[in-house]
Amino acid sequence: MSTGTYTAEHPEDSVNYLNVSSGLKSWLFTLDHKRIGVLYLFSIMAMFLFGGILAMLMRFELLGPGAELMTADTYNRMFTLHGAIMIFMFIIPSVPAILGNFALPIQIGAKDVAFPRLNLASWYVYVTGSGLALYAIIAGSVDTGWTFYTPYSTQVTGSVIAMVFAVFILGFSSIFTGINFIATIHKLRAPGMTWYKMPLFVWGIYATGVIQVLATPVLGITLILLILERAFGIGIFDPSMGGDPVLFQHFFWFYSHPAVYIMILPGMGIISELISTFSHRKIFGYKAIAYSSIAIAFLSFGVWGHHMFVSGQSQYATLVFSFLTFLVAIPSGIKVFNWVSTMYKGAITFETPMLFTLTFLFTFTIGGLTGIFLGSTAVDVHLTDTYFIVAHFHYVMMGGTIMAFFGGLYYWWPKIWGRMYSEIWGKISALLVFVGFNLTFFPMFVMGAQGMPRRYFLYPEKYQIEHVLSTGGSWILAAGLLIMALNLIHAMKWGPKAEKNPWGALTLEWMIDSPPPPHNFKETPEIEHGPYDHDKVLVKPGKVGATT
Amino acid sequence: MTEPSGRPAHLAHHFSDTEQQRESAKLGMWIFLLTEILLFGGLFAFYVFYRAWNPDIFYNAHVHLNTTLGAVNTIVLITSSVTVALAIRSMQLGKRRKTITFLATTVALAGVFLIIKYFEYSHKFHLGQLPGQYYSYAGIEGTNPHIFFSVYFTMTGLHALHVIGGMVVIGWMLYRTIRNDFSAEYYTPIENAGLYWHLVDVIWIYLFPLLYLIG
Repeated sequence: MSTGTYTAEHPEDSVNYLNVSSGLKSWLFTLDHKRIGVLYLFSIMAMFLFGGILAMLMRFELLGPGAELMTADTYNRMFTLHGAIMIFMFIIPSVPAILGNFALPIQIGAKDVAFPRLNLASWYVYVTGSGLALYAIIAGSVDTGWTFYTPYSTQVTGSVIAMVFAVFILGFSSIFTGINFIATIHKLRAPGMTWYKMPLFVWGIYATGVIQVLATPVLGITLILLILERAFGIGIFDPSMGGDPVLFQHFFWFYSHPAVYIMILPGMGIISELISTFSHRKIFGYKAIAYSSIAIAFLSFGVWGHHMFVSGQSQYATLVFSFLTFLVAIPSGIKVFNWVSTMYKGAITFETPMLFTLTFLFTFTIGGLTGIFLGSTAVDVHLTDTYFIVAHFHYVMMGGTIMAFFGGLYYWWPKIWGRMYSEIWGKISALLVFVGFNLTFFPMFVMGAQGMPRRYFLYPEKYQIEHVLSTGGSWILAAGLLIMALNLIHAMKWGPKAEKNPWGALTLEWMIDSPPPPHNFKETPEIEHGPYDHDKVLVKPGKVGATT
Repeated sequence: MTEPSGRPAHLAHHFSDTEQQRESAKLGMWIFLLTEILLFGGLFAFYVFYRAWNPDIFYNAHVHLNTTLGAVNTIVLITSSVTVALAIRSMQLGKRRKTITFLATTVALAGVFLIIKYFEYSHKFHLGQLPGQYYSYAGIEGTNPHIFFSVYFTMTGLHALHVIGGMVVIGWMLYRTIRNDFSAEYYTPIENAGLYWHLVDVIWIYLFPLLYLIG
C-alpha cells in the first residue's frame, strides 16, 4: 500500500479546494470539478426544497375528498410543477452533477474532468433553464403535467412554450455532463486504473452518460417540434391537419423512459460503493454488476412503448414492448442479488449511509417488482393512470435513486467538507425517512389497485383513509428530511474534523485529505489494489496506514 | 509558447501530455456529433412517418422545390468541406497564412449557402407555401399539402441554424489563427471545428435527396 505517498508532507499542503481562494468570483468562475459539484449541490437542493413544498401542499389538499386548501386549477399546476421540477431539475442532475462531479474524477485518479469549462458551462445552463422554468411558473400557470402531452399542451393557455423551452435548455446541461464524464472515464484514468479496477460508481455514471448522450437530443427535437406546433401551428401533432398526437408520445417516451435509467443507474452505482464499504467485504460479482449497468442502458431504449399500452398502439407492438420490459428485470435482479450476496458473511456496520442502502434494497425491490405488474399488458389496462403507477414510480425514483443519493450525501459529506455529521441524528433521520416514505406511498398501491385515478382533485370518500395515511406519512417524511438537512448543514461548519478515511473504504478519494487539495493529487497516484479488495487490504476506519 | 516547467502553454493542468489532451478533445467532439445526429435523427424519423402516410403529397409538393438551387447549394457545401479540410492540413504543416485563407473561404462559402437558401425561402413565402396553418398556396393536389412544407421548413431551418453556428465557430477559429494561437503542434480546435462542419455538410447531403429528389 502506498497510501502514505498521498499524505500531506508540508504545512502548506493543508490548502484544500475550499480555502485555496475565496470570494464570490472564485466560485462563479471556478473550473474545479469539486467546486462545481458544490455549486450544483446548493442549486439542485434548492429546487428539491421547492418541489418538496409543492408535494406537501398537494398531500395536504388530499386530506379530504373535497376542496380543502386550493382550487382545482391550482392543484393541476402544482402536480405539473412538482413533476417537472423533481424530474428535470432534481433527480436527473442530482447524482451525476453533484456526487459524480465531486467524486468521479478523484475515484479514477484524475486531476479534473476532461473539459472543465464545459463542466462550468453545464452549471450555468442548468441555472438558466431552472430560472426560465421558475419564470414559467410565476408568469403563467402551466398545467399540462410534466409529460406535456399533445393536443392538450398545444391548445391550453399559459406559458407552455417557456416551460418546454426551459426543459430543452436543461437537456443541454445533461448532455454536457454526459459528454464530460464519458471522455473523462475514457481518457483520464490514472496509470494502472484499468476498466475492471474502476469503482462501480464510475461504471454507473458511465452507463448514465451513454443514455444522456443518446436519448436527450431526441427529447430536444421533440420539444422543438412542440414549440413550433404551438407557436406556428405546423400541424405535425394535430390530427385535423394530418398530424398525429400519438407520435408525440412515442418521441417523448423514447427519451423519457431511458431517462428513468439516467436517474436510477447512478444511484445503483452509489449502492455498490456503500454496500461493499459497510459490509467490509469485497463486492460480490463485480463484473456482473458493471455489465448489468451497461445492459440496462442498452435495454432502456427498447421499452418506451410500455407507457402507451392504452394509447392506441398496435397489439403486436404492445406485446413486444411488454416482453422487452420484463427483460429489464434481469440485470436489475442481478444487481440486487449481488448486493445481498456482498452482505452475506460480511462484517456489516450500520452507519447512516448503510441505513439508506438497506432502505434502498427494500424500497427499490418493491418498486421494481411492481414495475413487472405494470409491464403485464392485461394488468396494466386496469392500473393505467391510477395511484398504483404513482406509487410505483415513487418507489423507484424516491425509494431508489433518492435513497441512494441521500446515502451518498452522508457518505461523501466528510470528504466534501472535511467534517463529520452527527451519527445519531443521521440514524434518526434515516429511520424517519424510511417510515415516512413507506407510509406515504404504500397506501397509494392499495387505492390505485382499487381504482383511484391519478391527478384527480376530488375523490370518493371511500379512498379517504388511504389518503389520510399517505398525508400523515408525508409529514413524517418531511420531518426526517428536515433533520437530515439540519444535520448536514450543521456538519459543514461545526462538525468535528473528519479523518482522511472515516469509513475504511478503499477507493482513491479516501486516500487523499478531507477536504481534498485543489488538484486532488500531489502526484499521479499509483493503483495497487482494486476498489473493493477488503480481503487483501486492511484499512481501519479513521486511519490512513494499511497493511497487506 | 512554453512555460518554465517545460509544459506547453496550451496544455491544461489536468492533462499529462498534449496527446492525451488532443485525444480527449476529439473524443468529446465525436460524442457531441453523435448527439447532433440523434437530434436530426428525430426529424428524419418524423420525415419517414409523414412520407409513408402521405406519399402523394410528398411527391406533388416536392416538384415545387428548386432542384437547381438545391444542387448548387450541395456543391457549395461540399466545396466548403474541402476547404476546411485543407485549412486543417495547412496548420498541421505550420502554414498559417494558407490556413487563414482556407478558413476565410469556408466562412464565405457558408455565407453563399445561406444567401441561396434565403432566395429559396423568400420565393416560397411569397407563394404562400408555408408550414401548417399559414399555408395558402392552391396549386398542390391532395389533402394537407402543408405537411410537406412543415417537414421541409423544420428540417432545412434547423440545418440552416447549424450552418450559422458553424460560421460562428469557424470565424472564431479564423480569429484565433490570426491571433497566432495555433501551430503545427497544436491545432486541435481547428480540427474539431472541421469535424463539426463536416457533420453539417453530411446532414445536408441527406436532406437534399430526401426533400428535392423524391420519385
